[in-house]
Amino acid sequence: MSTNVMKETKTVNIKVNGKSVAVPEGTSILKAARLADTKIPSLCTHPDLKSWGACGICVVRVEGSPKMVRSCTTNVVEGQNYITHDPDIVETRRTVLELIMSNHPNDCLNCPRNGSCELQALCAEFGMRGVPFEMGIRDLPIDDSTPSVILNPTKCIGCGRCALVCQQMQDVWALEFLNRGDQTRIAPAGDVKLAESPCIKCGQCSAHCPVGAITEVDETRKVWNFLRDPEKHMVVQIAPAVRVALGEEFGYEPGTVVTGKVYAALRRLGFDRVFDTNLSADLTIMEEASEFVERFAHGHGELPLVTSCCPSWVDYMEKYYSDMIPNFSTAKSPMMMMGSMIKTYYAQKSNIDKKNIVSVAIMPCTAKKYEIQRSEDMKSSGYLDVDVSLTTRELARMIKQAGICFKDLPDEEADSPLGTYTGAGTIFGATGGVMEAALRTAYNMVSGQNLGKVEIESARGMDGVKVASVKIPVGGKEIEVKFAVAHGMANVRDVMNQVKQAKAEGKELPFHFIEVMACRGGCVAGGGQPYGSTDEVRQKRIAGIYKDDNRSAIRCSHENPAVQNIYKEFLGKPLSEKSHELLHTHYFVRPLYVK
Amino acid sequence: MSVQTLPAQESVEFSPALVSFIEEWKDKPGNLIMVLHRLQEEFGYLPRAAVIKMSQMIDVPLAKIYGVITFYHFFKLNRPGKFNIQVCLGTACYLKGGQDIIQELENLLGIGVNQVTDDGLFSVEAVRCVGCCGLAPVAVVGGEVFGKVDPEKLPEILAKFKGV
Repeated sequence: MSTNVMKETKTVNIKVNGKSVAVPEGTSILKAARLADTKIPSLCTHPDLKSWGACGICVVRVEGSPKMVRSCTTNVVEGQNYITHDPDIVETRRTVLELIMSNHPNDCLNCPRNGSCELQALCAEFGMRGVPFEMGIRDLPIDDSTPSVILNPTKCIGCGRCALVCQQMQDVWALEFLNRGDQTRIAPAGDVKLAESPCIKCGQCSAHCPVGAITEVDETRKVWNFLRDPEKHMVVQIAPAVRVALGEEFGYEPGTVVTGKVYAALRRLGFDRVFDTNLSADLTIMEEASEFVERFAHGHGELPLVTSCCPSWVDYMEKYYSDMIPNFSTAKSPMMMMGSMIKTYYAQKSNIDKKNIVSVAIMPCTAKKYEIQRSEDMKSSGYLDVDVSLTTRELARMIKQAGICFKDLPDEEADSPLGTYTGAGTIFGATGGVMEAALRTAYNMVSGQNLGKVEIESARGMDGVKVASVKIPVGGKEIEVKFAVAHGMANVRDVMNQVKQAKAEGKELPFHFIEVMACRGGCVAGGGQPYGSTDEVRQKRIAGIYKDDNRSAIRCSHENPAVQNIYKEFLGKPLSEKSHELLHTHYFVRPLYVK
Repeated sequence: MSVQTLPAQESVEFSPALVSFIEEWKDKPGNLIMVLHRLQEEFGYLPRAAVIKMSQMIDVPLAKIYGVITFYHFFKLNRPGKFNIQVCLGTACYLKGGQDIIQELENLLGIGVNQVTDDGLFSVEAVRCVGCCGLAPVAVVGGEVFGKVDPEKLPEILAKFKGV
């Protein structure tokens, strides 16, 4: 028998439109209705966020009470019967929608969210045919100051999801409501642009916005132009998390692994070489695990070592934790390593002038658009190592524009010499994956043997902070590597504070190795992934990632034959001078506010 | 490893009294409005550099502070003129022609509500009731109350302050 005392959750018996249903205590009427097969429309509420009843479209009535309540912020009460749809309620919702529409631009056809807009979908459901009020559309300036997201406050419906995500999930505080009443708008603090604010470009605001008020910067046209230029040698890489989410845009379940079809689609779009970021994830592990062993086993450098593959985390660290710069792994992200290898190793090997190579990256991320130009180190080949970084959503649009029937594509293979990957590379897409991959290789580097069981379950799962350790045998003894994995930027504060406190008090470090991913669930739910990421979707995509790892013949980065070749033919060994020049970077102290 | 820095933010001096006030309120719940009032008292408005400094002192994100100071009309984001002209537009003053005073000030000074003259001498602000409706319409110039203001007398009133 388990000694754990489970906290008993009381069950509440209620009715939804007369239908009996039992739900846990503390459930909102909105959620309870869904359990009784009834969908109440909602706009501001989101499963990731605490509901705050901003839009008012989810009103319902408690039987016997004349007034309506917002079902997202009202919890169920034992014995009550909730009326979710009656003529009065439906008309009230219609009025809410009409009022929202009265200051929302009517240019759906030109909107980036055309077809994926939650407001548009509701208007379709309600059969909206016009607004009976005077239109009052504000003309507010567009903020396109970052390379990652565009803020168009004119389209904002004031739901507040972006601000809640930015403040609560990400602890970034770039966005907040300014002013009041009909002057209310979403913006950084004061009259500054996003690029001058603490914004880390994670794009979670764009992933949560129900309308077209915040969207990714669309660079598909730029890529089309390169593809149409016969002078250019087009090379593309796809990130780990893209393969388990892109399928959703073409009718697949979240988590379906569509790697082979993505390769095929990219060739049909006109790319000359299709490479895989999973391979450079293996390369990242070679560098980062070596760095860890140097610091941990040989005492060269600061501990804990902190991972640096997430560009939003890098930006956050440079702004909020710049005193921890010496702890940061200097290894570039897999995307940047691949970019560098494309324009140096591959260019040299295939005798192509690197100035004609256009290197495109398909990423689950909006911050990657910022990362490709974050410092001079991103031009290790002498040119931009990555010319354009597209999000998964942008790639889906390109595939649709090209008339490619994605589901009918055959499964193809990636190209040599930068296409072979291991299971360790693929798990970079899930929270804990970098830690697990790095430990698989660090274990081998320290002990000379592989882990008996390569799965490190304690690094996996959706807990915001995961703390565990791995014991590595050395010369008849065992040394313990203590690690922490944090995802969802707001979860990092506690981990960093523990480290700072231990250092200040001269105590033993709580961790030797820390992985941080800005987005909840890791890259599978990055700001550039298909819309609709919730924990349910995140878990399905993560399951797809581990499935890809499980069925890989090779599951440790150091065993990747393509990576071994790169070291043999080009780089020498991990942390060599050449590796440092091409695969490592520097960090800067950046102010929270430029203005 | 080399650590490079970007330019530091504009610095601003806080008086010892202000610092001790902030220290006193720092950890108390609901301190934000309190501290903001005191900050505005010190500077006459809320200079951005001062708000950034205060944000760091009380460990409240700047975005949250801007949410508050742009919500409440009491807080001023721009430096007022040496003599702030508050024109009452409360019910009584409004009916007695408060709006005409604002109009005449615009003619005389070339500035509207919430603006400051180029020489920094005057600023105009619309307020709701200064508590002496019997004197409507009322304007307060540099803290001095003027009752039953006739727009034609405004040049005379302004002249009083120009020479100071």
